[in-house]
Amino acid sequence: MKLSNVISARFDKEGSTKLKGYREDGGYETFLKVLKEKRDPAQLIDEVKTSGLRGRGGAGFSTGMKWSFVPKDSPKPKYLCVNGDESEPGTFKDRQILEKDPHQLLEGVGLASYAIGAHTAYIYLRCEFKQGIATVQKAIRKAYEAGLFGKDIQGSGYDLDVHLTMGAGAYICGEETSLLNSIEGVRPYPRNKPPFPAVEGLFACPTIVNNVETISNIPHIIKNGADWHAKLGHAEDPGSRLWCVSGHVEKPGVYEAETGFKLQDLIDGPCGGIRGGKKLKAIIPGGSSSKVLLPDEVAQVTMDTPGIRAMGSSLGSAGIIVLDETTCMVDAVLNLMKFYAHESCGQCTPCREGTPWIVQILERIERGEGREVDLELIEDLASNIEGRTVCALADGACWPLVSIVKKFRHEFLAKIPAAARKEAVTA
Amino acid sequence: MFSADLVTELEEIRGRFPYPKAAMVPVLRRVQEEKGWLDGETQAWVAEFLSVESIEVHEVVSFYPMLYGQPVGKHVVHVCRTLSCDVCGGKELWKHLEKKLGVGRNGTTADGRFTLRAAECLASCGTAPVMLIDNERHENVGPADADKLLEATS
Ligand SMILES: Cc1cc2nc3c(=O)[nH]c(=O)nc-3n(C[C@H](O)[C@H](O)[C@H](O)COP(=O)(O)O)c2cc1C
Ligand code: SF4
Ligand code: FES
Repeated sequence: MKLSNVISARFDKEGSTKLKGYREDGGYETFLKVLKEKRDPAQLIDEVKTSGLRGRGGAGFSTGMKWSFVPKDSPKPKYLCVNGDESEPGTFKDRQILEKDPHQLLEGVGLASYAIGAHTAYIYLRCEFKQGIATVQKAIRKAYEAGLFGKDIQGSGYDLDVHLTMGAGAYICGEETSLLNSIEGVRPYPRNKPPFPAVEGLFACPTIVNNVETISNIPHIIKNGADWHAKLGHAEDPGSRLWCVSGHVEKPGVYEAETGFKLQDLIDGPCGGIRGGKKLKAIIPGGSSSKVLLPDEVAQVTMDTPGIRAMGSSLGSAGIIVLDETTCMVDAVLNLMKFYAHESCGQCTPCREGTPWIVQILERIERGEGREVDLELIEDLASNIEGRTVCALADGACWPLVSIVKKFRHEFLAKIPAAARKEAVTA
Repeated sequence: MFSADLVTELEEIRGRFPYPKAAMVPVLRRVQEEKGWLDGETQAWVAEFLSVESIEVHEVVSFYPMLYGQPVGKHVVHVCRTLSCDVCGGKELWKHLEKKLGVGRNGTTADGRFTLRAAECLASCGTAPVMLIDNERHENVGPADADKLLEATS
């Protein structure tokens, strides 16, 4: 298992957060070169498109494609919003970038803003990132002082203001349209799409929302070229990603690797195997909103979009949650459903009402008061929630739920009293 | 209501946006740091500062878990309850703190020193269990570590 170090290259350097060190390592050269040469923004967008970069926030949409949706002729100002809400359970990679190499992100902000024609960028961080907020705020200040942001940057005629803003503890604000409402200072309910943010986003102006890690890839791509990036990892889903491993492994943490490796190799190699020599029970591979994998699926799956799709799951936010044989899966899914019920913004009835119902049913099963028909009831509820709501939070609740109930049906049944089994009920 | 320095800081935050209202969350977070929680008077002050109605401030405050519309203790302790923490010692940490502080979820100790709250995933799952004390993150917190941390919090 080969680890890589594109995004994390500077993480462990002394003073990695400082502007001086970043510039000594060649930082901001790419941004300044682009400005000096007055590079054609459309060509930069093409470069990002051919690099094959996909968003690292969860949905995995082509970044260059998204940028190309910004209307060129709009008289309105355009905005870049960097999504640093990082609240998907199992995900803790963006925080590493914010705390360890903020200038890498800021150079990406400069390049992305220039490419889409934005003169204002907002970096949105969850307020619990006390250290990340302080580090990024300081980095922004230093960049302004060095003339890297502001009016007429280095005589290029290009203006860019970069500001930090924040949320206040709500998972939903990571959803891009909720994030926009959060920045606007109203209740952060997700918006109906279309219109997509690229056309009508922040303050009703064309807006690109990208994840922290996505934007941090941009300086590398512009510096090394689209072809360089397209060759990293799996051809259909190229690049180097920060994988977050948590749960029952000997060495949890963030590991950078090119797409296309075998999940089993990451667990057995860098992660040191399952904690205490125990047996693996299940892995949730892409943040809590992805479908669960069984050990035999883990043994086969490669970590790239086609590979994981073949196993019926998704890479999502690259949050890999490892559960060993001591885990009760009823307990685990109940924990997650409490998360979704708590974080539902309440705007759509199926999500607002459905997620707490599911919690109640699971609690009933947990107490030994469940019935076998409850398992069908859960599936029925999920099918009435999925795809019927404004945003994907509700879908993200159903995917782990339905996959866990299906793949671990025996564990649920074991908690259901014999008298409440189907045979007993129908007899 | 606030010192001149703080007001200058709040004005800088307000200046980041084309409309004052967009400074809502960062301004509320900053004044909450100062006041502990967002009482009616503070919310009214923020409404005026951002040129909006009080109800608009209330709509936002009542939505976010990290904006406190109710009194809290001198220090707020958040323990992550989500899956990775839960299966790596989070349950035990929570039980320990409930017992030690003698309060349940959202409870405040009789001396007003601590409020105990549950948090959802704090983006630190690889170093579970995780807790915040006044928004300062602590990782790999066992019960004994929690005791030390609380003792060190005055
Ligand atoms: C409920 C929900 C929560 C989300 N949370 C985050 C998040 O914390 N961070 C993030 O970057 N994207 C999150 N997303 C995805 C965003 O909506 C959006 O797709 C992403 O920020 C786009 O950036 P990317 O193309 O660079 O990935 C979330 C989506 C949903 C539906
Ligand atoms: S699906 Fe849930 S979280 Fe998303 S908008 Fe509807 S109620 Fe809100
Ligand atoms: S589950 Fe506790 S920090 Fe993520």
